Amino acid sequence: MTEWLERHVPKMVLAPSFVAVLIFVYGFIIWTGWVSLTRSKLMPKYEIKGFIQYDRLFASPRWDTAMDNLFIFGGLFIGISLILGLFLAILLDQKIRAEGALRTIYLYPMALSMIVTGTAWKWIMNPGLGIEATVRSWGFESFTFNWITDPNMAIYAVVIAAVWQASGFVMALFLAGLRSVDEEIIKAAQVDGIPTWRIYSAIIIPSMAPIFLSAFIVLAHLAIKSFDLVIALTGGGPGYATDLPATYMYAMAFSRGDIGQAASSAMVMMGVVFTIVVPYLYSELRAKHD
Amino acid sequence: MTDFTQSYDAPRRNYSQLVLRWLLFSLLGLFALFYLMPLFVMVTTSLKSLEEIRTGSLVALPREVTFDAWRTAWSETCTGVKCEGLKPYFWNSVLMTVPAVFIATLLGAVNGYVIAQWRFKGANLIFSLMLFGCFIPFQVVLLPMARSLGILGLAGSIPGLIFVHVIYGIGFTTLFFRNYYVTIPSELTKAAKVDGAGFFRIFWSIFLPLSLPIVVVTVIWQFTNIWNDFLFGVSFSQAGTQPVTVALNNIVNSTTGVKEYNVDMAAAIIAALPTLLVYVVAGKYFIRGLTAGSVKG
Amino acid sequence: MKKSVFAAAVVASLVASNVAKAEPQAEVLHWWTSGGEAKSVAVLQKEFADNGGTWTDMPVAGGGGDAAMTALRARVLSGNAPTAVQLKGPAIAEWYEEGVLADISDVAEAQGWADVLPASIAGHMKCEGTWCAAPVNVHRIDWIWANADILKANDIAMPNTWAEFNAAADKLMAAGVIPLAHGGQAWQDATVFEAVALGLGGADFFQKAFVDLDMDTLKSDQMVEVFDQMRKLRGYVDGNFSGRDWNLATAMVMNGEAAFQIMGDWAKGEFLAAGKVPGEDFLCVSTPGDGFLYSVDSFAMFNVDGDDKQNGQKLLAELIVGKSFQKVFNLNKGSIPARTDVALDEFDSCAHTSAADMAASNTGGSLLPSYAHGMALRGAQAGAITDVVTAHFNSDMSSAEAVQMLADAVANSL
Repeated sequence: MTEWLERHVPKMVLAPSFVAVLIFVYGFIIWTGWVSLTRSKLMPKYEIKGFIQYDRLFASPRWDTAMDNLFIFGGLFIGISLILGLFLAILLDQKIRAEGALRTIYLYPMALSMIVTGTAWKWIMNPGLGIEATVRSWGFESFTFNWITDPNMAIYAVVIAAVWQASGFVMALFLAGLRSVDEEIIKAAQVDGIPTWRIYSAIIIPSMAPIFLSAFIVLAHLAIKSFDLVIALTGGGPGYATDLPATYMYAMAFSRGDIGQAASSAMVMMGVVFTIVVPYLYSELRAKHD
Repeated sequence: MTDFTQSYDAPRRNYSQLVLRWLLFSLLGLFALFYLMPLFVMVTTSLKSLEEIRTGSLVALPREVTFDAWRTAWSETCTGVKCEGLKPYFWNSVLMTVPAVFIATLLGAVNGYVIAQWRFKGANLIFSLMLFGCFIPFQVVLLPMARSLGILGLAGSIPGLIFVHVIYGIGFTTLFFRNYYVTIPSELTKAAKVDGAGFFRIFWSIFLPLSLPIVVVTVIWQFTNIWNDFLFGVSFSQAGTQPVTVALNNIVNSTTGVKEYNVDMAAAIIAALPTLLVYVVAGKYFIRGLTAGSVKG
Repeated sequence: MKKSVFAAAVVASLVASNVAKAEPQAEVLHWWTSGGEAKSVAVLQKEFADNGGTWTDMPVAGGGGDAAMTALRARVLSGNAPTAVQLKGPAIAEWYEEGVLADISDVAEAQGWADVLPASIAGHMKCEGTWCAAPVNVHRIDWIWANADILKANDIAMPNTWAEFNAAADKLMAAGVIPLAHGGQAWQDATVFEAVALGLGGADFFQKAFVDLDMDTLKSDQMVEVFDQMRKLRGYVDGNFSGRDWNLATAMVMNGEAAFQIMGDWAKGEFLAAGKVPGEDFLCVSTPGDGFLYSVDSFAMFNVDGDDKQNGQKLLAELIVGKSFQKVFNLNKGSIPARTDVALDEFDSCAHTSAADMAASNTGGSLLPSYAHGMALRGAQAGAITDVVTAHFNSDMSSAEAVQMLADAVANSL
């Protein structure tokens, strides 16, 4: 008996969390899938009516914009944050005197709620108030930075604010990774006369694979859930040029009383996440265990 | 790129190195300015009078510094019919955040330990399922969760909020701990087992003592997320249990009222003070976090 | 109260013990959280307390009530509905259809609401013949606010038609003044749009298009003209309008950067807060054309258990429509009372105009619900229209395209 217990303790310890995730994540996904097949409006209904919500969804130009934006925003946000984070981490790793202060400065945006920093960014990027006005007042009359008011560029303005918020956290993850690399190996490489950039690209960075996984998951999750940011910064505008699936879904479910439509958008969105994240997870986890 | 050798060699102070060093500092300084810009706007706005904001530029130094907005935001501004500022809501947030962070971190540590060190068939699948759970948009779970909380009798209460935050925090805490523990050689566990140590004994006396750094990372991550959460806070609270973000939102997001930007900004900074404090104080450990001596990537 | 032991241990200090007494109780969910709005609600709370009631405040601001509606859904689903909720327009009927609203007909009949409320407003408060909500105020949406000095300096009279407005705007442009202060947020675009639609198309057109959703009207040439005028207006706003909060646009009019703003009567609060005087520093008139677009804030009562809460609902309903509250509240809020028998002596000249126009359009049949502020249509349809309006205003889409898109979007939303 005790032996059986001993053998199964690990599973039993994991079980409660796993069951909770099964119910409150996967159960709810199934629930959402069900509701997406109904004509639920103000409140969820459970009478299945077929795929009409999906037809409506794909007929909506606003949803097209939201999906395009997800790819633009998600790709740029994750890419730039990873590169900038790694870059800053490498710079900070050069035995900098004021490292503590700089680190805190790069990191603090994560601590602030976007409800209000969004307003600050809105002012900064507003051509009449912020950067453009300031630079022009210095005498550079032709300087233009009006992304936030340009429907074609506004999504990039959102990327800037999002990178601002998350890249410091990524920097911290990478800095931690850099510090954990065995100095002996690096010293040995230096003795062999291998140039520094090769040491970074061939030894240090590849050794940080688990950190890339953490950083990717953190960033991808932020990208998909970016909601507060868009609401506070652009409100989805100009027009609905910066709408994202998360804001679309929220608008449908809670401002418009169209829960069936919201559920169908959620299902499509999760399908997208699934096709991107699962192969990545698979390759990452396989590499580690085979 | 030769400046990089400095981290590993005694620096040879020659001219080109000095230039590179300068370049490095100005680059870091430029980025620092980028990161500080919004904070600058927020702080200067919070120190202006409403009169000055209405007539002057929003992005400029205050002509006259006043701390009125800070006092108003903390204890006087209206967040509904109560005009007691953010103060009463702070305690709700603490009551919610501290247990939620503690429980989620503990569960994550144990889960990560099992998945990384006690591999069994399907452990990787379970880990993947939990990870994927991190991606579920919170807007999706709002309504079924509301129903579930009603059934559990936790609706509108702080334990209900704790419950929700723990459930949706497990994925991340497990990820962090698993990625940390997976780098600890499994020989350690095997050797301990040979010595007759059990599951919990090994966790308690070998892994936990090694975990301080990752605990700090996890706590910071969880603390920030839970403290700053608005969606769950607004949906699963009722009068008397609303967290500080809901109060902040009530101050900031008036639709047809007169906007007091100085109070908004002061309130935002005040509401963020606990997280800011955590970052400043624990930031050092945060970096040491994944760095810990015993961990080699 | 069913709560687990764990739950009880933590919340014990926060939840007052539930002694069953029939003293009126109310937990009120609303989104009036700041400044003058909050003070206005505080008036109601005080009256409630003076009548022996206990008011529990549940404020949730944001998105013009979106966040509050999110909280409301969660609360209703978890079986923990608030006692009274700020709700408006067709949303009241939608919630009624879910079977969660309480009937307050006994209060309404005892107080004779039918006699003191304009018929169209009373219509919003009834669900299938029973009274299900209590109105608080009437906001007028189709206001145009102007800087008096600028108009004088440029020798411009307040426009009575959109053609006159365009002429005035051209003149102002030539003089280097921004003609129209506007904030490029979807709801503000919609606010301007409906004022233009009412002005150009008239009451009948508005009714057919935005209340009845008549496809022919939505696709009509008249609608093309409305979008044409929107395109003209787009030329009269400054380049930095995107995402601007409405109050910053008001500040532009106040500071003399811009001449006009089209916005509901809450804009008055901004002017007054800055010490400006109506009729002297700023002018308020209705937007060009006849008619009156109203947005009525109201409270609906949800089904709750317990005599104390049900008594609270009755008391609350009675007080909300009571004369004294209607007066004090609306003095604070910038709107006018929903009941027509409140003396307006203490109100300002804009409010007088509003009340007189409301009475006139009520008899003339041009008292219409605002679509942009959730009075005319259910959320899905109103939102679909707004999507098109804001997409058109923020791009170079042609009016014909916009009209086609409008018809498609409305059809897709049904």
